[in-house]
Amino acid sequence: MTLHLSIVLWLPLVFGVLAMTVRPKDAGKVALLGTLLVLAYTVVFLVDFDTSSGGLQYVTDETWIAELGISYKLGLDGLNLLFVALTAITWCAATLWASFQDFEKPRLFFFHLMVGETAVLGALFAQDLALFVLFFDLMLIPFFFLTGMWGGPKRIAATTKMVIYTLVGSLLMLTAAIATGVLAAEGSGTDLSFAFSDLAQRSLGERSQDWLFLFFAAAFLVKMPAFPLHGWMPDAYRNMPLPALAVFSAVLSKVAAYGFLRVCAPLFPSAMEQFQTLMLAIALAGILYGSAMAFTTTESRLILGYSSLAQLGFITMGVFALNGQGAQGAVLQSFNHGIVVAPAFFIVALLAARAAGSEDIRDMGGIAMRAPALAAMFLVVAFATLAMPGSANFAGEFLILLGVFQTKMVFAILAFIGVVMASFYALRLYIRAMHNRTGPRVQSREMSLRDGLVLVPLVLAIIAISVYPQFALERTEKTVAPTATPAGEVAGGQTP
Amino acid sequence: MTLLAVSGPHIDFAGLSPLVAVFGGALIVLMLGLARSRFARETLVPSLSIVTLLIALGCGIWQWGERSDLIAGALRLDELTLILTFLFCVAGIATVLLSWRHVAPREAAHGEYYALLLTSIAGMIVLVASQNLVTLFLGFELLSIPLYVLCATEMRRASSLESGLKYLIIGSVGSATLLYGLAFLYGATGSTDFAGIAGAIASGGDLVSDPLLLTGIALAIVGLAFKASTAPFHQWTPDVYEGAPTPITAFMAVATKAAAFGVILRLFDVALIDAAIDWAPPLAVLAAVTIIVGNVGALGQSSLKRLLAYSSVAQAGYMLAGVVVASRLGVQATVFYLAVYLAMNLAAFAVIVARERETPLGDDIAALNGIGASRPLLAWPMTIAMLGLAGLPATAGFIGKFYLIDAAVAGDYAWLGVFIVVGSMISLAYYLRVIAAMWMRPSAEEEGAAALAPPPGQQPALAGASEEASGLRAQGEVVFVAVLFGAATFVLGIVPSPLFNLVRDAGAAVGLL
Repeated sequence: MTLHLSIVLWLPLVFGVLAMTVRPKDAGKVALLGTLLVLAYTVVFLVDFDTSSGGLQYVTDETWIAELGISYKLGLDGLNLLFVALTAITWCAATLWASFQDFEKPRLFFFHLMVGETAVLGALFAQDLALFVLFFDLMLIPFFFLTGMWGGPKRIAATTKMVIYTLVGSLLMLTAAIATGVLAAEGSGTDLSFAFSDLAQRSLGERSQDWLFLFFAAAFLVKMPAFPLHGWMPDAYRNMPLPALAVFSAVLSKVAAYGFLRVCAPLFPSAMEQFQTLMLAIALAGILYGSAMAFTTTESRLILGYSSLAQLGFITMGVFALNGQGAQGAVLQSFNHGIVVAPAFFIVALLAARAAGSEDIRDMGGIAMRAPALAAMFLVVAFATLAMPGSANFAGEFLILLGVFQTKMVFAILAFIGVVMASFYALRLYIRAMHNRTGPRVQSREMSLRDGLVLVPLVLAIIAISVYPQFALERTEKTVAPTATPAGEVAGGQTP
Repeated sequence: MTLLAVSGPHIDFAGLSPLVAVFGGALIVLMLGLARSRFARETLVPSLSIVTLLIALGCGIWQWGERSDLIAGALRLDELTLILTFLFCVAGIATVLLSWRHVAPREAAHGEYYALLLTSIAGMIVLVASQNLVTLFLGFELLSIPLYVLCATEMRRASSLESGLKYLIIGSVGSATLLYGLAFLYGATGSTDFAGIAGAIASGGDLVSDPLLLTGIALAIVGLAFKASTAPFHQWTPDVYEGAPTPITAFMAVATKAAAFGVILRLFDVALIDAAIDWAPPLAVLAAVTIIVGNVGALGQSSLKRLLAYSSVAQAGYMLAGVVVASRLGVQATVFYLAVYLAMNLAAFAVIVARERETPLGDDIAALNGIGASRPLLAWPMTIAMLGLAGLPATAGFIGKFYLIDAAVAGDYAWLGVFIVVGSMISLAYYLRVIAAMWMRPSAEEEGAAALAPPPGQQPALAGASEEASGLRAQGEVVFVAVLFGAATFVLGIVPSPLFNLVRDAGAAVGLL
């Protein structure tokens, strides 16, 4: 029983509330301090993590609502460690970025941003299904406000659409979560409990597993978003303020992938197998559709949005390979993609500032001439996006495809097309923005020190994980591999 | 001599004390309202009403834990009665605060207004305590008749009169239907006493399929459905809610609903529990229809009171799910939700009252535009209330829905749980519209509504106008109600255990489950 995770979990919220009380121009600094402390704590977790154990570490377990069997149980293991690190890094970068900007009502902005971090960390730490659902739904509320109050011209329509779309899935998940707890308790004749450790020991009938799985899958697929449930994505991406978009795209979509591994794999093993082909098909459709859209659209935000859709297709594919390699690849790729897409969005903002405010790649071009350092940063990010051999994304995609190859070869072969298309859209974005003929209204200049302060650490992190992906893999393999293996072996490999 | 042996029934005045307090207070307030002094009418009368309700609340707390039959078994004192009494008193206090400077009591005379309010609360206490068909109907009418009048207290506004009349006519139809149903129940079981009815149903083998009993149950459901405003008997709700003075609307939305559900719990989960096979499936269908009709109806509304009226219809549907399952868990979930629903709705209505006084837009949703920046003390409670009504986490609404779905799934009504969340999804569309108006739209003042305001330094030339204007500005009590119940919604979402403990006792009190 330790307090560490609780401290990390509530730190952002505390600093968010503090930010409300200081002078408006200091709000960003207070929030930044909060994210830095979280980041520092996370680094300690990463270093201190016991790689030889597959079980939960730093566990906190308190009864919260006894009547409903909900416990306040937090834990860290190989499955959520990388997601937590991703959250800490990207939130820190986004807060730093936002604290350099000038906008209205900064105190409320940073409050909502910090609430978002607490909610995401809560969803990741939660070792109780009800707590997970609570934080998962809570994640959305700050982003509703962030988009609706500081977003683009059509912000209210976009944010309403986003919230309704994603909550349709989330609320179905709420029913499914309650039903999971109730049915599991009835089946085993025990008291109602939502702790994952209790639920995993109580088996559910195959028919209940099927509908419960579908409800959860609906929530996760909408959140990702996966094709064809991505209807909210273009408008939301166009209108979300950039720092919020960076963390939204980098982290929130990954929490959905994490949900599959944390909730569905251990609790609904037979349904995972039952719907494997369907989910692989959805993933493949996402890869192909996302890639195709990414190299046809000209709005740079949407290029990144659709490329995320394609990348999440890969991650879903890894989850539903239902073997160790696939799942490890999925976790690694989630981290990689998050850490690549966040700087990409900041670069888009810098590009737009040089192209007279337009985020359309037709208005860009030739920016690299006067901004070589920015171009170098962008190139690293672009190469990582297209999973250049040597990058960590390559390792991630390789593991995923290897995993799928072993179970469903056809899907793996078709998914290779997505790898090829990724290099096309990533390079297209880079070339059209940085090289080519200089755009009519482009006024290029080098990135400022402040921009560098945000971008350089992120790019260094990309390089670091590319050089030494083993750092991530050895921390994840003990937990992730047993989680994802098919039904029969799950019971034996389940962590306590 | 046998003559001396005649004695009246034993009356437990301690058990009756909340009821006695409210009735006594109503009489005192009515008399005091006749006083000539303006201070007595405008300050003393509402203060005394609050004191009365506080005394009733105190008596309820004093009697907590007692379980006994009062007045020869006509009324039942137990935790279910008491917890609902608490809700009525809290709703009543909030209503008095919201009415304090409202135009309605001034037009209808303060004494009458507050005496009627207290009488209605007394009726509610009788209703939820009743365990006899006769007292049930008595309480039902005692609660309804003052409300008909209260709806029409803004006498110079046609829509208020219309609201009162509409409520009177439809309410009377509901009462008549209920009375007819109760008569059938008596005919089928031969008893007006709840225990007698339950005994008759439990013993008589084919009574469960007796047409007389079935007709009685059906008519009783219809009559109570009018009062609880569940579809398809909800049509009066939007019109009456919109027309009534806003504090009275708030009172009807929370207290009347709690009373209706209290008696539904008593009648169905105690007296008719063994006939659950007769009433549970139709009530489940009614709940599902109510959820859909209420939420879809709210979608296009621009009047906040109409929006909340339809929302209250939908919420009644959620709570019916707790009745349908006919289990102790269901009773607890329903009572829990009633308490939570009270907090959320009172916060929302307090904000509407405040904005009605501050802007010329009345209860239009545009009256809320931009108050996130200008009136954060109103915007935050409203935001929390809307998020809570939609059932989003970190509010008591989430826990309440969780509890209801839990009860539904455990009672083998998982499909009703799905209906609840489908309803929540639809409801987001209109609750989020309210939140968006507050935080994401420019305020009316910013949008150049300066034309609506009187030119600076010049008061409208009306007698007593300056006094009126200052009265409208100073509305600390309304903001207090909004903040208090907004905070309660938030806190109960984080620390629900105290409420759970109260509710558990209430569930245990419904003994026959």
